[in-house]
Amino acid sequence: MAMVQPRNLKYRVWTARIVMWLFLLMILFPFFMIISVSLRTGNFATGSLIPENPSLEHWYLALGIPWENADGSITQPPFPVLTWLWNSIKVAITSSALILILATTGAYAFARLRFRFKQQMLTAMMILQMFPAVLALVAIYSLFDQIGDYIPWLGLDRLGSVTLAYLGGMALHIWLIKGYFETIDSSLEEAAAIDGATPWQAFRFVLLPLSVPILAVVFILAFIASIAEYPVASVLLQSMDNLTLAVGSRQYLNPQNYLWGDFAAAAVLSGFPITIIFLACQRWIVGGLTSGGVKG
Amino acid sequence: MSTSRATSRSAYLVIAIVAVIDLVLLYGVTLMYAQGELAFAMLVLVLATVGTWIVISRKGYNYRYVYPSLLGVITFIVFPLIYTVNVAFTNYSSNHLLSLERVRAIHLAKTYRTGGESFSFKMYQEGPSFRLMLTSAAGGEAHYLTKPFTESDQPQELKVFESIHVPTGAALPIREIIKKRSTLQKLDIVLPDGTELAMTSLRKFGAIARVYRPDDHTDRQYPQQNLALIDNRTEEIIYPDMATGYYTNEAGTEQIGPGFTIYIGGDNFVRVFTDPGIQGPFLKIFTWTVIFAALSVAFTLIIGLLMASLVQWEPLKGNGVYRLLLILPYAVPAFISILIFRGLFNQNFGEINLLLDMLFGIKPEWISNELLAKSMVIIVNTWLGYPYMMILCIGLLKSIPEDLYEASAIDGATPVQNLFHITIPMIIKPLIPLLIASFAFNFNNLVLIALLTGGAPDMLHATTPAGATDILVSYTFRIAFGSYGQDYGLASAIATVIFLMVGFIAWVNLKATRRLQ
Repeated sequence: MAMVQPRNLKYRVWTARIVMWLFLLMILFPFFMIISVSLRTGNFATGSLIPENPSLEHWYLALGIPWENADGSITQPPFPVLTWLWNSIKVAITSSALILILATTGAYAFARLRFRFKQQMLTAMMILQMFPAVLALVAIYSLFDQIGDYIPWLGLDRLGSVTLAYLGGMALHIWLIKGYFETIDSSLEEAAAIDGATPWQAFRFVLLPLSVPILAVVFILAFIASIAEYPVASVLLQSMDNLTLAVGSRQYLNPQNYLWGDFAAAAVLSGFPITIIFLACQRWIVGGLTSGGVKG
Repeated sequence: MSTSRATSRSAYLVIAIVAVIDLVLLYGVTLMYAQGELAFAMLVLVLATVGTWIVISRKGYNYRYVYPSLLGVITFIVFPLIYTVNVAFTNYSSNHLLSLERVRAIHLAKTYRTGGESFSFKMYQEGPSFRLMLTSAAGGEAHYLTKPFTESDQPQELKVFESIHVPTGAALPIREIIKKRSTLQKLDIVLPDGTELAMTSLRKFGAIARVYRPDDHTDRQYPQQNLALIDNRTEEIIYPDMATGYYTNEAGTEQIGPGFTIYIGGDNFVRVFTDPGIQGPFLKIFTWTVIFAALSVAFTLIIGLLMASLVQWEPLKGNGVYRLLLILPYAVPAFISILIFRGLFNQNFGEINLLLDMLFGIKPEWISNELLAKSMVIIVNTWLGYPYMMILCIGLLKSIPEDLYEASAIDGATPVQNLFHITIPMIIKPLIPLLIASFAFNFNNLVLIALLTGGAPDMLHATTPAGATDILVSYTFRIAFGSYGQDYGLASAIATVIFLMVGFIAWVNLKATRRLQ
């Protein structure tokens, strides 16, 4: 670096570092705390940051294993956390895959094909993606209530209805993928077309293989959005075994039945894999977010 | 040669598949139309027609790729929005849940005890099914036996026959009957002479009769005559009142529930803007929503920009690690971190109060004090949102040419001067649409409020539950799905007002983006 450096650089670096450390300490405090709480004995004990007599009781319960207390009594797991996690994963994978398929084909048309009302459709999509599903919850509830009369697995309290409702999140992803397609030179596809490839073949065998990174990003974004979605799932799902993690976790902190320790273990257990996925893919996610954001 | 044959073969296959799908859809449309679901039938019909045209027609080829995604956007975004606006003009609520036809059917199925003969009963189990033995209180050799029935939460009609035999199997003890009472209460037993019996106590069935019969006098003149009913007990006429959404008697003095859904024009909107129990909270909540969203954007931007500058600053060393740790709040799913904060901020058991108590001897009431609850919401939202701003700022900072800073360093500028004279002017333009989008996101940040405070502390003098930290969407959410009577119509009216606001924000955003390009 040919940067001109001020004389008091060392002093500044150390100030910056100390500010950074103090900030990080504050920001990461909840994480230290929740891990510590998950290792405490009992749900009401308050204690220091490092638990005095650590116990794995909450972890056993979160994993669905009954825990034998010191006095010989057995505590049953309060909630089916692993079932919730599995429900969340099923819904997230299915809805993300569907979103990916629909958004990719749509984005291809918007990026490469010519048709009427293209610009209007794009503008409409951009405005529509600012209307979250939260605003139409009454309609979504009523809609699936009625659909359920004809197609039971799409009715209320079924994971199918939640999966389908999440497809509404697609408008944003169409923009993201379209932006990426536009960065790819179209001369390759034109060459393929001259060789007699149909638009479908040009799309499937030329463009798609070049777009794997953005497809991965969109899948992960949709996956994470679906796992973390709360309002729609909380309205559509009712019975204990059908809840997704986001809806179920709330049960722990009921004022009538406050299970702080059990919640902590369940939170770490279920939050950890999702966090790891996010961090592992953060480079691409960040790229997707900023490029999509700036273009969108 | 071979390719063209293959294409034509696959074209036939496509047409065959489309035909099958269309047949299924048409069947569905007919079914829905027959059920009176006109909106659904129309939607499916239009979408199926367009879809078929696109696949069959050569002109429609380019639309093939957009159609599936448009279909998704229309069904899952546009249609619910329109539907919500439609509901806003109705009285759809927990008291007016069903259509007029269904309510009429419910009234027609209502029964009352005639005070006629009553029977004591015994319940026998035969494998998975059950039988009742009914013995008349008047005595006699013979008793009635029902046909076998199973447990169900649906009403069942049971015929009986006279018999002198006792069913095989064991008579159930009373505590088993108590367990099965929800099934028993829904039984409608028909005696050979046509008398109907229903369960009147845990040991008895009594004679019942229909409360209402349809009014078949066509010569009378009053509203909705074809749907009117006559009370068998009093011969009084009740008819559906299309102004209140209830069946009422002729004098209009008595409303008989359950109510049915009707269009009530703009009444819900009038309520939002004039009913003091709704207008008051609505205006307060609207103000707070705007303040909350604006402060969230401001704080996340300030911290995000600051951290982005620090992380980008090379002499710091270990920037990658800092960046990773700083992104962590964004990587953990929000519903988990919000609930973690809910626990940490708990008044009595929360670790934050424990710490504050230890350090300063104070225990702030984070949930019950209005101002503290609001500050907590903003603190948590800043924690959740600054990494996103930081990520965006890192991207934008990279695009600023280094020599600008170089030049300013030669002039001996301080970091603060750099920030205000180089950094901010360079990134503000591309940042504005993102800030507007972030504002819109926070404007509708239901998850945060619903999971962190649930709107608490509650406001006084509100008709529907409303709280100090409620934002418009969470207020709407509570009206629609709260535990105190669900008013979908009112909730939809407020949602419609929010549509207009979001639409306005979206329009501003569009302008800002256009200016950028």
